[in-house]
Amino acid sequence: MAFFLQMLVTGVVVGSVYALVALGFVLIYKSSDAINFAQGEFLLIGTYVCLTLVASYNVPFIAALLLALAFSALLGWSVEKVVLRPFIGKPVISMIMATIGLSSVLAGIVHIIWGHETRVYPPVFSEKPLQFGEVIIAPVYAWSFVIVMIWLMIFTLFFKYSRFGIAMRATADDQQAALSMGISVKTIFAIAWAIAAIVSAVGGVLLGNINGVNSSLSLIGLKVLPVAILGGLDSIPGAIIGGILIGIIESMTGGYLDPLVGGGLKEVIPFVILVIILMVKPYGLFGKKEIERV
Amino acid sequence: MVRNPFVMQCGEFHVDYKQDMAIWKIARVRWRIFMIVALFALFPMVATDYVVGLATLCGIAAIGAIGLNILTGFTGQISIGVGAFLGVGGYTSAILTTKLGLSFWIAFPLAGLTTALVGALFGIPSLRLKGLYLAIATLAAQVIILFVISRWDSLTGGTAGLVLNRPQIGSFTFMSETSYYYLMFVVLLITIVFSLNLFRTRVGRAFIAIRDRDIAAEVMGIDLFKYKVLAFFVSSFFVGIAGALLGHYTMIVSPELYSISVSIEYLAMILVGGLGSVFGSLYGAVFITLMPVVLRSVVDVLSGTFPGLEGVLVGMKEVVFGAVIILFLVYEPDGLNKIWSNIKNYFRLWPFSYTK
Repeated sequence: MAFFLQMLVTGVVVGSVYALVALGFVLIYKSSDAINFAQGEFLLIGTYVCLTLVASYNVPFIAALLLALAFSALLGWSVEKVVLRPFIGKPVISMIMATIGLSSVLAGIVHIIWGHETRVYPPVFSEKPLQFGEVIIAPVYAWSFVIVMIWLMIFTLFFKYSRFGIAMRATADDQQAALSMGISVKTIFAIAWAIAAIVSAVGGVLLGNINGVNSSLSLIGLKVLPVAILGGLDSIPGAIIGGILIGIIESMTGGYLDPLVGGGLKEVIPFVILVIILMVKPYGLFGKKEIERV
Repeated sequence: MVRNPFVMQCGEFHVDYKQDMAIWKIARVRWRIFMIVALFALFPMVATDYVVGLATLCGIAAIGAIGLNILTGFTGQISIGVGAFLGVGGYTSAILTTKLGLSFWIAFPLAGLTTALVGALFGIPSLRLKGLYLAIATLAAQVIILFVISRWDSLTGGTAGLVLNRPQIGSFTFMSETSYYYLMFVVLLITIVFSLNLFRTRVGRAFIAIRDRDIAAEVMGIDLFKYKVLAFFVSSFFVGIAGALLGHYTMIVSPELYSISVSIEYLAMILVGGLGSVFGSLYGAVFITLMPVVLRSVVDVLSGTFPGLEGVLVGMKEVVFGAVIILFLVYEPDGLNKIWSNIKNYFRLWPFSYTK
């Protein structure tokens, strides 16, 4: 039972990070109908910037995190302006290939600047494990969960009450109506990309604190796909629930099934689920069904 | 009387559909094509082994790219799983020749057929999914197939992979670069001729109709499910053939040779070359295959003046690769094929280009 709970807790924590990254992904899809294959690279750049500030310039962690987030926001904003703007309304394949090209460029820049080897954060959170009954939790995990929850709260409030948040929801609902109400859809797109980069950076910093930082961290960008599809590509609550579900399933697979097959199943199981969902319920748990006409 | 075969036609004057459908629009084009084919057939006689080897790799990539273009460019079904399908082709041929001791000449078409069946299987969701969702489903296919390949140790040799032999006829082995080039050349020619003709048939026309508007196509009486799965089948067949050729050329198959970056490379080929164009796939394959080689030699030249350039070569390759994709998408979405036909059109009426 303790093992089960342990796996459950790990799953929920990792899943909540997935949820956060998927949130950015869904946000971009909702507002501009683009699927962002460069999400993983946003994550990587955010965490590397934070790591460099902490490790090389001795900036306090919180300040470094905020600087990294500001940098990510700027990156997301300018990427949308420079790269994605020409592709609004273009065929799906152009959009997909544009973000794939973007991810290749960003990954190349990361390799040039930071190289390939794994780096670790200097210990930020205390190392003393927390004990909850039978379950032992590393403080990194606990803090990650708390930080993700804070961010999800911030976004819920942002979408509900702030001017931009409401404008974003309006744009996602109907671009033309939003335009005619005086909302600058271009600004909304740019904000969506900036937010996506910010949440990815937060996710990257947390995962970097848990596992260390190397370029394979950008694979999270692909893992977000099953999460977003499970919840429904255009549903923000779907992304959060999907993220936690995928995290739990992954962790359980890693704990119970991987020893049987000799490892590696953990990485694949989200994609197996993805195929099953696509076959059974293509618009996910909360996605909006598209109706097509000739 | 021998006339200059490179004289261009100065307009299209078709009076019936037969002329419109013809592959050789004017009789003289036939000789021009024969000369170009002969040129490529004779080219290994003068080129070094290294260049012939590169040409072989370009040709194999072109076969795969034509396969992918049939699916993505002509039928409009985006696939991010080509890398894994190449792997299925390579591994099938490897297993059949090494474990079962079959001859290459039997294993080779079987590799194509197996890949085609696997492709058709993963094409089944295409009835319900399109666009983005299908792309993500094929991405899942890539991950799952690669997992099976790297875990099924008894059959595939796990992460270490399998070692293959070059094909043989009687006592002759296709060991030299030149002989393998000719093997590739024959397969490539067959692929090109087949795919050019495919789009003059009922099936090919149905593919194009599905790409342009699938619901409208269905209303016109095209069985969407049948033709979509058929497109996956035909496309994967050529991808599998390319995979088998590649496996026997490099003489090794292992999971990391078929990663998702390979899928992306192939997508880049058809995009840079031109979606929905057979010759575009060829140009794109050559472009994407040679790009790292050219970059490498540029870095070699420049590393004298800029030391340290060597160390960032890997990163630079990625940056250039991504930038090329984005620039083509922005400035010439129809790819190299369109650029080439623009050049031809310019000279068609030159110097009176204002007379349309």
